[in-house]
Amino acid sequence: MTDTTVDVSRSGSTAILRIHGEITGGSEPALMEAYGTAGDARSIVLDFGALDYMNSGGIGLLVTLLVRAQRAGQRLLAVGLTEHYRQILALTRLDEAIAIHDDESSALAAAAV
Amino acid sequence: MTTPAPHDPHEPHPAASPRNEDSWARPVHRLTTTATGAGQDTVTGRRVSGPVQGFGQMWQKTFTVRLPGDDHPAEAVVATWKALFPTYWPKGSTFYSPLSGITPGEVALLEVAPVPGSPVKMSTGVLVIYADRESFTFMTPEGHALSAWITFSAYRDQDETVVQVQALERTSDPFIELTYVFGANRANDRFWEQTLANLARSMGVADPVVTSVKICVDRRRQWRYVRNLRHSAAVNMAVGTVTAPVRWVRRRRVTD
Repeated sequence: MTDTTVDVSRSGSTAILRIHGEITGGSEPALMEAYGTAGDARSIVLDFGALDYMNSGGIGLLVTLLVRAQRAGQRLLAVGLTEHYRQILALTRLDEAIAIHDDESSALAAAAV
Repeated sequence: MTTPAPHDPHEPHPAASPRNEDSWARPVHRLTTTATGAGQDTVTGRRVSGPVQGFGQMWQKTFTVRLPGDDHPAEAVVATWKALFPTYWPKGSTFYSPLSGITPGEVALLEVAPVPGSPVKMSTGVLVIYADRESFTFMTPEGHALSAWITFSAYRDQDETVVQVQALERTSDPFIELTYVFGANRANDRFWEQTLANLARSMGVADPVVTSVKICVDRRRQWRYVRNLRHSAAVNMAVGTVTAPVRWVRRRRVTD
């Protein structure tokens, strides 16, 4: 069983999805349900600060989430990434589509522009 | 299922190494390969190109085959698959393994038929971006027909081992997208169906049944990536084939 929990909060027109545990292909229900809760947010911030583990299935899931967000006209941003996960987003060139920020306040500021 | 304590967004994020850090390749800007034997290396110097950078519609394709019984633990199947990967490919296509095999960061070269039965081969490759005991994932380079991640895995389901290929892919450019509309998409499916059937037969399944699930994740085409055409191995192959007689005549004139 995949150990993924996602807390959703809101800051103005930005939804923040705090991911706990792991992201694998099996995390789809938890992540997509959280995304659905974000509703009409203009931007989605993914907070990876409590991420323990991500495999290649999880990266595929992020792409699926990215496509859904782009279709809805939403921007996707990421915070809380360790150096290792920053490297993975660079390796997979996902960092060209998901804006990476050092902390939540800078992500929220960028999302508000 | 455990529920970890909520993360304080103002606290620094944990710096501990994740448990699968060594399973990932290091970021590479330009690819190099240790694979040998291919007629042409069209990969060295190229960058990787995933579904985000592709042109065509995005597809998620999942192919599975089941190995009944307890004789094939998932990890053993993946280990065998890595070791003998080229042998399961359908005839007409060749996979040139890198020196250290399917390990993170290695680049393999491929020669594939653009259409089944074609005597002309298209040269390209893949980067191994992830490999652990239960799965491994390839990412395609610029010039490959697809901008894709393809994950190969196995897992236990009751008294069977399920062996799976899952691709998340877009065609790389408009030329390939056109061929996909007119049959190459189905030919690509058959490639993985035959691969899984070959693998299952090698593990004692006499009459393997491969199931496939295809989902169009994104129907839009990404026109901002139309210039991927300039890297296209298929276009280069087509131009090379068409202009071969002209180059032959020119060489004759020079030698005469």
